[in-house]
Amino acid sequence: MNARNTTSAVSVALTLLLAAGALTCLGLMVGDGTLRWPWGLTSDPITAEIIWQIRAPRSIGAWAAGALLGLAGAIAQAIFRNPLADPYLLGSSSGAALAVAIALALASWLGADVSGAAFWGGFMAFGLTGAAFTGALLAVILTVTLAGGVAQGTRLLLGGVVVGVVLGALTSFLTFIAPNVLLNMQGFMLGSTALLNWSAVGRLLVVGAICMAIAATFAKPLDALQLGERTARSLGIPLSQVNAIYILLLATVTGAAVAHTGLIAFVGLAAPHVVRAWLPCQHRALLLLSSLTGGVLLLGADALARLIFSPMELPTGLLTALLGGGYLLWRMGKVGRLS
Amino acid sequence: MGWWPEMRSLYRGLVASVSMLLFAISPASALTVVGDDGVALTLSKPATRVVTLLPSLAEVVCDLGACDRLVGIDRYTNWPPETANVAVVGGGLDPQLEAILRLRPDLIVMAPSARVIARLRDLGLPVLALEPKRMADLARTYRALGEALGIAEADARFTQLQSDLGVLKRSVDASWLGARVYFEVSDELYAAGPDSFVGELLTSLGFGNAISSGLGPFPKISPEWVVRANPDVLVVSEQTVGRLTQRPGWSGMPAIAEKQVCAMPQAQADALVRPGPRLVSGAQWLVRCINQLKRS
Repeated sequence: MNARNTTSAVSVALTLLLAAGALTCLGLMVGDGTLRWPWGLTSDPITAEIIWQIRAPRSIGAWAAGALLGLAGAIAQAIFRNPLADPYLLGSSSGAALAVAIALALASWLGADVSGAAFWGGFMAFGLTGAAFTGALLAVILTVTLAGGVAQGTRLLLGGVVVGVVLGALTSFLTFIAPNVLLNMQGFMLGSTALLNWSAVGRLLVVGAICMAIAATFAKPLDALQLGERTARSLGIPLSQVNAIYILLLATVTGAAVAHTGLIAFVGLAAPHVVRAWLPCQHRALLLLSSLTGGVLLLGADALARLIFSPMELPTGLLTALLGGGYLLWRMGKVGRLS
Repeated sequence: MGWWPEMRSLYRGLVASVSMLLFAISPASALTVVGDDGVALTLSKPATRVVTLLPSLAEVVCDLGACDRLVGIDRYTNWPPETANVAVVGGGLDPQLEAILRLRPDLIVMAPSARVIARLRDLGLPVLALEPKRMADLARTYRALGEALGIAEADARFTQLQSDLGVLKRSVDASWLGARVYFEVSDELYAAGPDSFVGELLTSLGFGNAISSGLGPFPKISPEWVVRANPDVLVVSEQTVGRLTQRPGWSGMPAIAEKQVCAMPQAQADALVRPGPRLVSGAQWLVRCINQLKRS
């Protein structure tokens, strides 16, 4: 990347950080049907608690989860060399959804008697996030196993589609035989940032920082990979190792985001496209900027979700699907094809 | 000794007042109520600012005479009429955290299966997890809410509901006792099995159930299976009743041909499907409807 592009990337990064700061302030202002600057209101202990224990963690958590999805989208599009690749391509969303459905159905069945309810009540308090994360990881492992390893992108793509369909069908079967979990599942499928607390924010930031550092460190081979697997191999790129690292990262960041926010659509798909529309850049910058863009997109969607029908709140995932889908349609119309 | 009864009464009054005062100020007066999720909630005094996040829970609170203590309800609560002016704080699964916090509740009652329960507890709010799904759950809900609200008569109130059902059973026309009822809770063909609250209600009224046990509380039934089961009475929603004959094979079903069908208004459907104090009024409607049918 030449000096001019580096300068552009830095200014885009700074702009995105400023936008995140501004949207975080907006996030602190909305929630109860009014749009009020929070400073000065904190003398009231209830308002202070609302701002610091509800609005602040959900805003920062939305930014962190969006950043994870943006990073995951950039990784998926890079390793599959496909602009339509999204973080859920390897079946992680279906795996997370199935794991959540199993956990909810077990809680419902075993909770029929009080002793079972006591056990599953404890599980429900702490276990759904863990179940979703585990389900997402297991689904990716299944995809990789079906694809016979990580060396071939096409086989991985196909494996991801198959795993997604099969696990989706199993989830539908489970909700069919235990329809009482449907409503809870709907909350997960629509995605929401409403339940993010400070410990969730901590987990998301730690996972994001570690994965971002690893992704940026090994980003160079991704540029060569865009020339095709054969060319990349001829350039001495250890394709299997590169794929293994990035698929592990993809599974981890997607699993962490899905476990905390449910299925947030389009952020991971749209973020790298937004960055490419701004400036051509190599993958180290693309990964970072996609991550920052994903954070801004989800943070903005979170504030809008609370603002549009305030004091009612839209599921954030619903809004990102509408806005992200709309943006991609607009881009398709503008350039004739996805970049 | 004409002064002795007055002295004794004064003494008793004094002892009662001192006991109540000591009870009120001592740590031992704290109430501990265990929810359906096994989590114990300790309250320093009976709750006076209550948020309920399930319609049946709001109904039980009101049935215990504590409707005036409700400060927040979920968006699906539509009974009793006194709840019309209570603040709505979202749904049971997607409550508005900020709105709940602003109400400063000293008790939030909600289903244990809602994921938001952990977040509410994380915010330090007093949450009691209760979800009446069966008759035994409803008994537990009455007892737990009675304890949390400081209403000693809660158990007796539930016993009264059961006793009312017993009286109602005696009013069922003898020709319909044991009749196999197909009770449809959704026109997607979800029916109430014997293992559901509605199923238990049918049993306690002396009716049979067209659905076999062991299929779960509300199994999705194949239309063909219902034709083969040949129920004596169908109970379906008012919206569905006109479309029954359009279902393949149903027009020849004896119960439909002989008009042995009860069309359930929405209010009665709520009363029957939501385990709560309206079970008696729902059961009354059901018995009245079935009694009006003529068994061939």
